[in-house]
Order: sequence, then structure tokens, then C-alpha cells
Amino acid sequence: MFTDFRYPLSSPVRRIRLLTAHGSLLTACRLITAHGLLLTLSGCAGVQSSLDPAGPQADHIARIWWLMLFILSAIFVIVMALLALATWRRRTSADNETELILKPEAGGESRMSTLVTTGVVITVFVLFILLISSFLTGRSLHSLAASNSPPLTIDITGQQWWWQVKYENDMPSQMVTTANEIHIPVGRVVQFKLKSNDVIHSFWVPNLHGKTDLVPGHVAATWIRADRPGTYRGQCAEFCGHQHAHMAFTVVAESEEEFKNWYDAQLLAAAQPANTQLARGQQVFMTSTCIMCHRIQGTDAGGAVGPDLTHVASRQTIAAGTLANTRDNLAHWILDSQAIKPGNRMPPNPLSAEDLSALLNYLQSLK
Amino acid sequence: MRFSYYISIVVACSVLLVSCKREERGFRVQPPAARAANSQTLTDLQPGASTSPAGIRNDFEENAYALSEGKRLYSAYNCNGCHAQGGGGMGPPLMDERWIYGGKPEQVYSTIVEGRPNGMPSFRQKVPEFQVWQLAAYVRSMSGQSPKDAAPSRDDHLQGKQPESQTKPLPVKDSKQ
Repeated sequence: MFTDFRYPLSSPVRRIRLLTAHGSLLTACRLITAHGLLLTLSGCAGVQSSLDPAGPQADHIARIWWLMLFILSAIFVIVMALLALATWRRRTSADNETELILKPEAGGESRMSTLVTTGVVITVFVLFILLISSFLTGRSLHSLAASNSPPLTIDITGQQWWWQVKYENDMPSQMVTTANEIHIPVGRVVQFKLKSNDVIHSFWVPNLHGKTDLVPGHVAATWIRADRPGTYRGQCAEFCGHQHAHMAFTVVAESEEEFKNWYDAQLLAAAQPANTQLARGQQVFMTSTCIMCHRIQGTDAGGAVGPDLTHVASRQTIAAGTLANTRDNLAHWILDSQAIKPGNRMPPNPLSAEDLSALLNYLQSLK
Repeated sequence: MRFSYYISIVVACSVLLVSCKREERGFRVQPPAARAANSQTLTDLQPGASTSPAGIRNDFEENAYALSEGKRLYSAYNCNGCHAQGGGGMGPPLMDERWIYGGKPEQVYSTIVEGRPNGMPSFRQKVPEFQVWQLAAYVRSMSGQSPKDAAPSRDDHLQGKQPESQTKPLPVKDSKQ
């Protein structure tokens, strides 16, 4: 440790020098910084990250994000450096003598106005860079809408707290209705028509595009193209009530062929019970509260209040991305969904163990 | 003088606490008085001296959340398919003072659970019990049987009538009277 008498004991410079002289503290600081950086970087990749773009629009958004980050970080560093300079600048002996007496400096005014003018010019220039790049990004975000290939159109209806997904087709028999899981073919422009049945929601798949609000009584449209196959997580991005945080969905981008296979499977009516155990499960479904809200195509169940369950076993999650679609989770969900997602619209269903097991078998057969 | 001024403010504020109860949100509630509601008598004709059953109190009628849930379920379960928004259509109106099968909470409950001749389906086992009580509370609020502070004050659809909170309480009359 060295002693620097140029600075008084209470000076921040001196304090920092004293602190950094301790090797252990320095190591700790380095560790914290390194970990912090790693943690920050880990946020860049993933199934729900706008910094890991999988489509042209998310790419534009990620680019402007990085541009703004770099420019604004540079400004921040420069301003902080100037501030530090101003704070720690040594006072000359002349300053100490003439404390609190302001006397005009020769040529000081013209120097100050040059400085201020330069500052204003630089600020306006930087703001213009940001403004123009924002405009350009905005334009390119909407360029997909103008592409002339006939898009695949998907109706999304936001509900408290799940997503209804309906693939539009001129032929009603070729329409597919499902929930909380959207399959799209890679490389094709997909048009989403966004509606809401209750309050304002917002449709957001960070890996593919920015947010678009779903407003009751209004059809909003957005276009998406996925360039890379994968599973991406979407999330409601507008506070919509008690279970807003549990209103998620999955976007599966797959090859044209896989998408066709999936679509054809979804078009089929539900599998008829193959044995008595499954038939019993179907009977439980039809004679209990389930039938009041849910639809299973090809049976008497035609409710439109809850998610369509025609191919529920083919989905990855239940309860709008809240739980993995396993038998155990499904059982807990049916018995007492209010313990998992309080306030959701599904009532508790006190079923006997035997009925529940039969019902689970049946639901899991709905591939 | 100053002191009594403060006291009156404190008292006035504590009165507001009473309103906290109207918004209690029970997501796993026990239905009020689930027992005995399933054996309703539909006629006054009975052998011997007449027995007047003790009325069942439906606490949901004073709970704003339960009433709004009832209002939501009313269209979710397609009650409005026949009864419209209370004015009636294929089914009888619910916002008037005439109750064909009785207008007491437990009578409305059993009408929903058991169904009634000429079209009213039985919702037994199809609608959970606590939701039937919420529906019954809402149906009664249509003719002003719920307190003004708890009854729904706006519709989610086009408004065709005054909201329930603005409805003047109508007398509950059986169709015989």
C-alpha cells in the first residue's frame, strides 16, 4: 500500500485506492463482475428472447436494440467520465483564495458558448441517428405485410387467461381450432388476426416479432415469418387480470412437411374410445362439468368457453403454458385448478379416483 | 370541538371498512347451505298442517364478486340463449316480479339443478354447486333483490336495460298470486 498525500483523507480517490489495495476484495469484485456479465449474456439466447431472433422482424428489433445499447452506453460512459472529472478536479490554489467570489474570466463566455453549441449539435446528431434508425426499423417491420404470397391466416382470440387458435380456411371443414400452441411452417409469411373476448391482451413472441395488442371489438393484424425451426415461447404482454403471468403459449416453427402432417392430424375428429376403459372416461367427460365449457370434435361436447380439447394430448403444455402436459399435472389441474392458477375460470372438480383415472386415460388418448 | 371533528372522521372512515366484505374473492368456496336445497316443494297443497320451511340464506347475494361471476356464467352457460338478458325469449323473463316456480334463493337453485317442464334443462352435475348459487344470486339480482353496492353496475354486452345495481327491488310473487 502506498500513501498519497496529494489527496485529503476523506477523498473518494484515496478511499478507492485503499479498498482496491486489498487483494481479496478485488478478486471478489472481479468475480461479481464476471458472473454478472455471464448472467447478462445468458439472457440473450433462449426460447423467449428478443436477442435471439428467429425471423426477419425480430432481427430488425434486435439490431436496433444493440445499436441503441452501444450508442447510449457510450454516452453514459462519456457523461460519467466528465462528471468524475468535474468532481475530482484539483482545485488550484487560486480557486481556494477566491472562494465563492465569482469574477468574470477573460474570454470565458465565448469558450462556454462554443462548448454548449458543440454539446447541442452532438446531442441533436445522435438523436437523429436514433430517430432515423427507428423509422427504418418500423418500415422494415411492416414490409412482410406487403409480400404478395398468400399468407397462412391464423385467428388468435385472447381470453382470460389462455389463447384460442383458429386456422382460417375458405372451407369450414379445413379449419383447425386449438389452444395455446401455434404451429407455423418455416419460411412462410403467417398473418395473425388478433381479437379479444374480454379485456386487452398483447400477443408477444420475442424471438419472432414485437408486441401487438388484442383489443376487444377490434381485429388487429400482425405478420410473422420464422426462418429457423424451433419452439418459441410467447407471453401476454399487457396486464389482463389475476393470471396475466400465466397466460403463455408456444409457437412451433417446423418444416412445411411436418406442418402439413400436424395440420392433417388436427383436422381429424377426436379418436373414438377403443376400449371400455376409454369409453368410461368419455362418459365421465360427457356427464360432468367438463362438457359445459370444452369442445371435443366428433362428440356431443361443443362448449366454446374453454380450450378445445379435441387433440389435447398432442399439446406440450396445459393451462396456457403453465404446466407440462403430463398425466400427473393434468390430474391436479382437473381436481383443483384453483390451487395451481387461482382465479382461472375452471371450477374445482371433485371426481372419485376411479372416474378421474378413466377421464385421464380418455384425455390422454386424444392425440 | 376540534377533537369531535377528528373523532367523526375516524368513525366515518371505519364505516368504509364494512365494504371490504362485499368483494371477498373465494376461488374454492363452499356453496352456501348446500344441504336441503334439493327437496323443494312446488305446491302449497299438503296433508295436515302446513309446514313452512326455513328459508336458506344465499350469502352470494351480498358479494359483488360472486354476483359478477354469476353474471359471467349466465352467458357462459347460455342462460341468455332462452331468457335473453332477463327480458325473456324462448324462456320466461327473469327481471319481472313473477316467479313460476318460486323466487326464494333455494327455489331458484332447485329450478336450475332440477330443470322445469316445457324447456328448462336440468343442470345437475353439469354446473358445480357453488356456481349454481352464484347464478341463483345473479338471477335474483335482476329484479333488484341484491343490495345496490354488490349488484353488477354494468354490462359487458350492449346495454338493453338498467344495470342490476340500478334496478328497484320488485316484490317476489309466485305465479298463483
